[in-house]
Amino acid sequence: MARLTINGTVHEIDVDPNTPLLWVLREQVGLTGTKFGCGLAQCGACTVHIDGNPVRSCVLPVSAVTAEQKITTIEGLSKDGSHPLQQAWLKLDVPQCGYCQSGMIMAAAGLLQKNPKPTDADIDAEITNICRCGTYNRVREAIKLAAAGLPAKQST
Amino acid sequence: MTMATVSRRSFLIGSASAIGGLSLGFHLPFAGAAAAREAAEVNAWVVVHPDDKVVIRIARSEMGQGTLTGLAQLVAEELECDWSKVTTEYPTPGQNLARDRVWGNFSTGGSRGIRESQVYVRQGGATAREMLITAAAAQWKVPASECFAANSVITHRPTNRKVTFGQVATAAASVTPPKEVKLKDPKDWKIVGKPLLRLDTADKLTGKQIYGVDLKLPGMLNATVRACPYFGGKLKSFDADAVSKMPGVRKVMQIDDRTVAIVADTWWQAKTAMDALPIVWDEGPHKSLSSQSIAEMLKEGLEAKEAFVQSKVGDAPGALAKAKKVISAVYAFPYQNHATLEPMNATARYTPQKCEVWVPTQNGEASLAAAAEASGLPVQQCEVYKLHLGGGFGRRGMQDYVTQAVLIAKQMPGTPIKMIWTREEDMLQGRYHPTTQCKLTGALDDDGNLIALHMRISGQSILAAVRPEGMQGGKDPVVFQGLNLSGEEGHLGYTIPNLLIDHAMRNPPIPPGFWRGVNLNQNALYMECFMDELAHAAGVDPLEFRRRLMKNHPKHLAVLETVAKGIGWETPAPEGVHRGLAQIMGFGSYVAAAAEVSVNNGQLKIHRIVAATDSGYVVNPAQVERQVEGSFVYGLSAALYGECTVQGGRMVEDNFHTYQVLRMAEMPAVDTHVVPSGGFWGGVGEPTIAVAAPAVLNALFAATGKRIRTLPLKNHSLV
Repeated sequence: MARLTINGTVHEIDVDPNTPLLWVLREQVGLTGTKFGCGLAQCGACTVHIDGNPVRSCVLPVSAVTAEQKITTIEGLSKDGSHPLQQAWLKLDVPQCGYCQSGMIMAAAGLLQKNPKPTDADIDAEITNICRCGTYNRVREAIKLAAAGLPAKQST
Repeated sequence: MTMATVSRRSFLIGSASAIGGLSLGFHLPFAGAAAAREAAEVNAWVVVHPDDKVVIRIARSEMGQGTLTGLAQLVAEELECDWSKVTTEYPTPGQNLARDRVWGNFSTGGSRGIRESQVYVRQGGATAREMLITAAAAQWKVPASECFAANSVITHRPTNRKVTFGQVATAAASVTPPKEVKLKDPKDWKIVGKPLLRLDTADKLTGKQIYGVDLKLPGMLNATVRACPYFGGKLKSFDADAVSKMPGVRKVMQIDDRTVAIVADTWWQAKTAMDALPIVWDEGPHKSLSSQSIAEMLKEGLEAKEAFVQSKVGDAPGALAKAKKVISAVYAFPYQNHATLEPMNATARYTPQKCEVWVPTQNGEASLAAAAEASGLPVQQCEVYKLHLGGGFGRRGMQDYVTQAVLIAKQMPGTPIKMIWTREEDMLQGRYHPTTQCKLTGALDDDGNLIALHMRISGQSILAAVRPEGMQGGKDPVVFQGLNLSGEEGHLGYTIPNLLIDHAMRNPPIPPGFWRGVNLNQNALYMECFMDELAHAAGVDPLEFRRRLMKNHPKHLAVLETVAKGIGWETPAPEGVHRGLAQIMGFGSYVAAAAEVSVNNGQLKIHRIVAATDSGYVVNPAQVERQVEGSFVYGLSAALYGECTVQGGRMVEDNFHTYQVLRMAEMPAVDTHVVPSGGFWGGVGEPTIAVAAPAVLNALFAATGKRIRTLPLKNHSLV
């Protein structure tokens, strides 16, 4: 039995302790916004926060997470899509297929939490998620827009 | 005709109950399923709600390329509706079949989504508009010719009376459609040609967007599969008893002669049991196959006497034999995997009466055909519900995973089963970008002009494996994308007095597939890098060398000039920075790229790409820019890292740690010039991928003097 605090709610979950957090979130808790891409912590589609730090949940056994630790998924980043990153993403029309974007946004939120004004080099170092459609440049721009807290030029 | 329409949100997105409702609702045909006051289907393309919400039906699949928004713009333009009230929905392949394919082709590939359907979707919008106007005019008892539509409002010009689309939609639905409609002159477009935001963004930012892997149905079980990783191999045996008591496992089953599946309560349980399942493979007849043996097979083709001739002008072999200055080089392009970030998946429910499949697919009708074949039921008793795709790139045009999901469901009738591949399965069971080699031999005259060129391609045909009906007397015409003497799928931008382009088909036993950009990728690499080689051999600037050959090809030249100007070709590059160019035409569009790179301590840095696309008309320039920018990620991933290595009859690379792709830190700035010259409709999803690698490799040569002729770059030292 795992006891997890996810997006502010405590869940008692009957699950094999070796199950990766990703699959507990997706299958037991029903939060499918966090995606499966590789299962090897390579692509970052499964990124969630534990106590504000981005982690790749596909390789993290649920037994390694305590009830005291706060898990935040894309569904819990904001109630209504109002997080500055979500707003910046919306304004710049960042996603293409969108599959990697939950992980991208969570990785970016983790970055801004510890580094509110990241440089390009900081973004390069911290945002290592894979996007096959190729949204990288707009992801970068949206992170900067959210960091600036200012309206940027409307997407063209 | 009236119908119940479910908004796309409740149709495709949302809770398990909404999707359960959908599957129930869509047992019914559209017609007569609801009270007229709810919504009216004016025609197949347009549904109008009483509150003026317009639902535009989209036949092609959205996989990130923006076709959903672009196709909606085309309908909305002619419909004269309020864009802010537009939503979209997918009709199902079964409905298309039942309605005599009223929505045309569902296949989404080859950069054809818009260029192939733009006429009939615009006609659909125009027809609906005329029906709405006719209904309003009848209500007012005035001639329709005195009325016009704008912004979802119909106005009677003489009296200035107004009525909204929603108020007359039900009446319009029973108006006889006009036989002919006149489409707008492009200069009058108000919605088409504008950089509008996508219609499908918001739910991708909150986790609400439902992809195939996210689907939940009541009573659903989960499955994964493992197919024989050896090409041509089979499943010899497996020990189901060893895992059948593992937690959650419901059934261990063989589904065909090469695949075993495990169904469990959760996917993680199925996957865990699969990892523990003892399996013995019959390695089959190709277990000694390797990348090296395939390369040898292709190398033989470079010199073979027999080859399929496609482009022939003058007498290239004769001119080459007589020429004083002959340059020759051999290039090679390896197998690539699509590696969509969402692994292949499909959900199926089978009963002896009905087979239903929920699937992210690039071709809903092909998925329906696969469901019918695998289930053994008549196609009329099958249905496919399309879900959003987490990437496609050509892989999801194939239907192998649909077949598997149905074969699994067939062994557990009545239970919906969602099958998801592991990444490893995705990498080992690809439909790979085929491998080719190319020998180019060119002759220069005393003034440095190219007077003869023989381009011999040796390697794999996609059509021979996946669409043999498209072959022409044994020849695969798609092999020559970008190298034809005429035609919209790619004609050469150079006039060469003696030219021979031919193909020695050599088909290794590796399943090939259409991979974003298809054969244009390697053809542009071969042609454009060799053009650079010829220019250097002639001692002529690479842009000027090309210009001399492009006098009769103004559209090719225009995009090349655009990128040359954009990169500042005529001015010196910053210190340590070097430039390269490439151009090609394919998928109906003219494209070019210029790259700026530097190399320090053997490390390549791509600073900037300037790209240009002339697709004739442009429906949404913002989405075209995204496609172009994204295409460089795909093309440069292939150029820098992409390689599926064959060893011992199977692929080596099985996940992103060995199959690296471009990430943020390596992403160059991309400056995209969308330069539509009008008068034709070209595709945009693919063509610019092809110029990514040659532009960068030509810049790399300028930087290092090293000519890289075999991809990927990771296998070469730049020190």
